[in-house]
Amino acid sequence: MSLAGNGRRGTPERAPGFSGVPNLTVVADREPATSVAGPAVRLTDVTKVYGQGTRAVLALDKVSLSVKSGEFTCIIGASGCGKSTLLNLVAGLDQVSSGDLATTGQVTLMFQEPALFPWLSASKNVELALRARGVAKAERRARALELLEAVHLGGFANKRPHELSGGMRQRVAMARALAQDVDVLLMDEPFGALDAMTRDLLHDELERICTERTLTVLFVTHNVREAARLGDRVIVLSSRPGKVIEEYQVPRTGPRRMDSPEVSELAASLTDRLRVEMSRHVR
Amino acid sequence: MSADLTDRRALAGLDNLELQEALAAGPGRKGRMAAKTWAATWPKLLAIAIVLILWQLVYLYDWHGSSSNGIFKGPVQTLPVLWEELHHVTLWDAIGTTLSRAVVGYTAALVVGSLVGALVSRVKPLRAAVGSIITGLQTMPSIAWFPFAIIFFGLTPATILFVIILGAAPSIANGLIAGVDYTPPLLLRAGKVLGLKRVALYRHVILPASLPSFIAGMKQGWAFAWRSLMAGELLVTIPGHFSLGRLLSTSQDQLDMAMTISVMIVILIIGILVDMGFNQANGLIRRRWGMVDTGNGT
Repeated sequence: MSLAGNGRRGTPERAPGFSGVPNLTVVADREPATSVAGPAVRLTDVTKVYGQGTRAVLALDKVSLSVKSGEFTCIIGASGCGKSTLLNLVAGLDQVSSGDLATTGQVTLMFQEPALFPWLSASKNVELALRARGVAKAERRARALELLEAVHLGGFANKRPHELSGGMRQRVAMARALAQDVDVLLMDEPFGALDAMTRDLLHDELERICTERTLTVLFVTHNVREAARLGDRVIVLSSRPGKVIEEYQVPRTGPRRMDSPEVSELAASLTDRLRVEMSRHVR
Repeated sequence: MSADLTDRRALAGLDNLELQEALAAGPGRKGRMAAKTWAATWPKLLAIAIVLILWQLVYLYDWHGSSSNGIFKGPVQTLPVLWEELHHVTLWDAIGTTLSRAVVGYTAALVVGSLVGALVSRVKPLRAAVGSIITGLQTMPSIAWFPFAIIFFGLTPATILFVIILGAAPSIANGLIAGVDYTPPLLLRAGKVLGLKRVALYRHVILPASLPSFIAGMKQGWAFAWRSLMAGELLVTIPGHFSLGRLLSTSQDQLDMAMTISVMIVILIIGILVDMGFNQANGLIRRRWGMVDTGNGT
């Protein structure tokens, strides 16, 4: 398994300055997503290998997928399908071993934990994102308050993360991601640590925000209902190595909820498909 | 549309419910100031009382006749001497000299320690080369540097300053290095996702994240600096300057036990006061970061 050094093409635009520290501005310098027709994220035969020699682990095996601008795509898979690896690659936190990866517009990543800086208030957390983008100091506070208002946390700007509940922290993280003025939002099980009631409400919030701002979302989860509830499209990955094995288009017929019949139906077929995949790994 | 409104109200309601829960669990910060001050003060008063009683008992025990022949002094003889000295300019002069040396030396150690720590924590080859030297220096008793420093600088304030820096800087550097090492990887990734790089990442993520460990290192560094300073003032007498160490050695020469103990008490109190300052800073950070367990209003 000598995939690491072989047939490495990389993406020409990303290659310069891409050694060591991920260089996210390279992505930002390009045309904004709205002016380009076509996919916001495109992976072609992307392979990722960790380690070398006999201890090499193939995390992703020739994954090809593309996400249209403004589309909400859910990625689902059992353990070891390389979901998080995939998002790290798209976010530029890690490099592909081979294959092409192209993104259009600014990309950001939200984690399962809010990953807020505990020494900064909610508003300062958002302001840091603005600052990193080069927004003028005088503007930052007002912009941060607007963004917190957008996630209904206008009244909590001066609270520190530990003073907020888990759901509120995740919304601050969302405001911080929006502050980056992103076109593509990558989400790595962002609601996995929340209770069911909070998660339901945050699904509605996320849907509203994405529609208002025509965000392209790549949402990784291991919750089939969540995938069925949120996605315009659901992609199923196999495990060890991760490979696209199934794709479901979800027709948009109106507002959905976790308990809508069409969500339950899709969730059931996703569960079946995943069980078939898991049983492949019986030894 | 109304369903949307209901959802939003539900979210706001849930926020309030969860916040009230957190509030109820937290301690009542204000309103009980007097009670809190008392709670913080009485153990210290008790500790002082215990020390005074033990001291008096040792005096009364009269070990090998040390008390009856006047070598050892009890609190009853010593404290009036201390009280008397507090009204003399000599003691305050000495405190002033010693503290100004402490401030200058410690500040220099802070600068050196922070610079070395920052470089070593970020530059890999430096770390391999210098990392263990720093720890080695930290374990070396600073008094062992005095012969070298006295030969090199002579009996000058520079000698004392040099030893203070060598005593305190390694702890400060190590505190910073440990803090950088233990920066939560998730926060680092979050910083990188925001587009922070190199200096900006260091300034906005790594440095604030290492602050608690850095302060712990500063506190330890202060203890080393204070010890080095006292050793220095005892060994290196600079004519014309009254310092606490000098007072101590003078009273030793005059076999003045009451004065000796008085100066020791002053040295102890200064050490404790500075330590309290560091603990305050540490507590402030822990509260701001939510690292204090607010389980049951202690």
